[in-house]
Amino acid sequence: MPDSLVIKNLNASIGDRAILKDFSLTVPKGEVHAIMGPNGTGKSTLAKVLAGHPDYTVQSGEAFIDGEQIIGQEPDAIARAGLFLAFQYPSEIPGVTIANFIRAAIVARQAKGAPFDAKAYYAELYAKMDALKMDRKFTARFVNEGFSGGEKKRCEILQLMMLKPKYAVLDETDSGLDIDALRIVSEGVNRLRGPDMGFLVITHYQRLLEYIVPDRVHIMYDGRIVHSGDKDLALELEAKGYDWVKKDLASA
Amino acid sequence: MAEIEESQAQRDAIAVDRTKGDFKYEENYAFDAGIGLSAKVVDYISNVKGEDAWINEFRQKALKVFNDLPMPTHWATEDLKNIKFDEIRYYLSKGQKASRTWEEVPDDVKETFERLGIPEAERKFLAGVEAQFDSEAVYSRMKDEMSKLGVIFCGPTEGLRDHPEIFRKWFGKVIPTGDNKFAALNSAVFSGGSFIYIPKGVKVAQPLQAYFRINAENFGQFERTLIIADEGSEVTYMEGCTAPKFETATLHSAVVELVALKGAKIQYITVQNWSANVFNLVTKRGVAEEDAEVRWIDCNIGSRLTMKYPGVVLRGKRARGEVLSIALANDGQHQDTGAKMIHAADDTSSNIIAKSISVGAGRSTYRGLVHIPKTLRNCKNNTECDALLINEHSRTDTYPAISVRGQKNSVQHEASVSKVSAEQIFYMMQRGLTEGEAMSLAVNGFVNDLVKEFPMEYSVELKRLIELQMEGSVG
Repeated sequence: MPDSLVIKNLNASIGDRAILKDFSLTVPKGEVHAIMGPNGTGKSTLAKVLAGHPDYTVQSGEAFIDGEQIIGQEPDAIARAGLFLAFQYPSEIPGVTIANFIRAAIVARQAKGAPFDAKAYYAELYAKMDALKMDRKFTARFVNEGFSGGEKKRCEILQLMMLKPKYAVLDETDSGLDIDALRIVSEGVNRLRGPDMGFLVITHYQRLLEYIVPDRVHIMYDGRIVHSGDKDLALELEAKGYDWVKKDLASA
Repeated sequence: MAEIEESQAQRDAIAVDRTKGDFKYEENYAFDAGIGLSAKVVDYISNVKGEDAWINEFRQKALKVFNDLPMPTHWATEDLKNIKFDEIRYYLSKGQKASRTWEEVPDDVKETFERLGIPEAERKFLAGVEAQFDSEAVYSRMKDEMSKLGVIFCGPTEGLRDHPEIFRKWFGKVIPTGDNKFAALNSAVFSGGSFIYIPKGVKVAQPLQAYFRINAENFGQFERTLIIADEGSEVTYMEGCTAPKFETATLHSAVVELVALKGAKIQYITVQNWSANVFNLVTKRGVAEEDAEVRWIDCNIGSRLTMKYPGVVLRGKRARGEVLSIALANDGQHQDTGAKMIHAADDTSSNIIAKSISVGAGRSTYRGLVHIPKTLRNCKNNTECDALLINEHSRTDTYPAISVRGQKNSVQHEASVSKVSAEQIFYMMQRGLTEGEAMSLAVNGFVNDLVKEFPMEYSVELKRLIELQMEGSVG
C-alpha cells in the first residue's frame, strides 16, 4: 500500500525468545496511531525491529514504508527511507554537539557533495528550539550527555522536527517527563501532524494521549495487536486496567 | 642494483608488489651511500655534505653508540627486531629517490588524495611520483620573508656550516646522542630537517611550515630539527601533512630539539599520516628556560609502529610545558606514544592530554613520565589520558610513571578507557548516518576538545582524515 506504514505478519525474536508474533498493523500517512499495552508485551521491540536493530532477528513477515520494504535493510537505510525512532533511552555521544549531530543527519540525507546551507540550517534549528522552549545554548551541548530525562525527550523531538521523516515511531516518549515537558513535547508533535507524516505512538499510559490525540488506538499483548478502536479505547483501557486485556482481549 | 628487500608482511601492508622492478634507483654512485650502515657510509654522508671535521666526529661517535646500545625490547615491542638495518639505504641525495609512474600508485591511495581534495600536482609528489612540485618556490618565498625578520630557516647542513655560533651550542644538547638507540642512529646519519633561529623579541605571526621546506630539499628519512627561540620570541612550527605519504623507505627516525630561551614560546605541531609499512621512531624534546613555554601538538595516524614521547625539560622558573597528542591505531598498527615532563625549577607547570583511538586490531600504548624532585616548590602537573576502543580486537595499554616528591608540588592524573557501544552506533545510524559515518562522528567527538587546539586548516583536514580511517574500518 503506498502512503502507509504497513507491517505484515511480523515474527521477531531476541536470542531464543519470540517477541513479535504475527504482528500486523497499517498506519496511513497523515494519521496518528497509538499502541498501548502492558510492560513486556513487545512494544519497544516493535520499534527497534522496524528501525533495524541488529540484536533482533526477524523470522518472517514484512514491513513497508510507502511500498518500500524495510525488513532486512540496515538501520541507516531505513532511517533515510523515512522512518524516525524517538528513543525511550537515547544514547549519549560525548564530544558531539547537538548542532553538529543534526547537521550530520541532514547531510546524510543529501546527495553526496551537495552544498549545505548552514545559515538556513541554524535559522530553522533555532526556530524549532524556540518552539520546544529549548535554550539556544543547547546547540553547543553534547548529545544527551548530562541531560535530564525531559531534556533527552525534547532533544529527540527536536531531531524529529528537523529531519521530517515520513513516519515517526515515538517509544514511550512520555516516560520521565513532568507535566510541563509533556505538554511542550506534545505540542511539538502536534505541529508536525499533517498529511505528510504518520505517527506510531507507543505508550504505557493514557496520559500522553490527552495531549497527542490519536486517530486509532491499538492494544498490544503478547507480541500482537489484540484490539483496536478510536481514541476512546484508551480511556476504556485506563478505566478497566490491563487485567481486562489479559483476561478478555487476549483470549478473544 | 638490488631492490630494497622487505618482509612479506610489509609488502602486504601497502599492497604494492615491489618485486616487479619498477622501483629503481638511478645508478649514480656519486650520490648513493649504498645499502647498510658502516663508518664508511657515515664518512660518505659527511663528504657529500661537505661537513666540518667535528660533525663527522659527532656522527662517527654516534654510530658507535648506536651499535653498542641494545634494542629497547625489554620495554618496547618485539616488532623492533624486524627492522633490517643492513638492508636500509641511509642516504640518498636529490634525484636518487625511487621513482614510479602514477599508474603504479595503489588505487586506495589515489582515492584518499581525491577525497582529501589534494591538488593534482601535490598528489603526484605525495605518491612519490614526482620529487617535488612547487615547494621550492613556496619555500624560498617563505625564507625571504623570514630573513627580513632576522629569522634563520634552513637545513642542518647549512645551519651548522653557516651559523655554527648559533646552532653548535645547542645541537645534540637537548637530546644527547646516547639518549636512546634511535637518537644515536639519527645522530650518525641525519640529513634533512629544519634548523631555525628566532632572534630576541621576534614574534613570527605565520606558522613556519616544514612541509614545503623539506619537500624542496627532497626528503628527510633521518630528519634533524633544531629550533632556537631567543629571549621573548615566539614561533609556531608545523610539520607533516595529513595526506598519507606513500613512502618507499620503511624506517624514519627523526630527532627534534627545541630551545625556548627566557620568555620565549615555541609551539610545534605535527600531523603525520604514514603508510602502513613505516617504522616511525622519533625523539622530540624541548628545553624551556625561565618564563618560557614549549608546547607539542602531536597527531599520529598510520605507520606500522610509531614510538614517540615528546618531552619538555622545565629548566627555568615559571616555565610551562604542554603535550597534546592524538594517536589513531588502525588494523595492524601500533601507536606507542606519550609524553615526558621533567620539572627542574620552582613554579613550573606542565600539562599532558593524550587521546588514543584503537580501531579493529589496532593497538595503542600510552607512556608518560612526570618527574618533580623534592627540592622544588610549587610545581604542577596535570595528566589526562583517554583511550577509545572501537571494537573487540582493539587494544590499549597505559604506562604512566609519575615521580613527584616534596610537599609543595601537585599532580593530577586522570585516565579513562571508553568504547563506542553498539547502542551508540545504532542510535546514530537511526538518524541516517552510515556505520562508518557514525564511528567517525564518535571518534571526532572523542578528540573534539583537543582538535580545537589545532590550527584551523589542520583540524579540518584531521576531521576528514579520521572519517576516511573510520569508513575503511567497517565491513
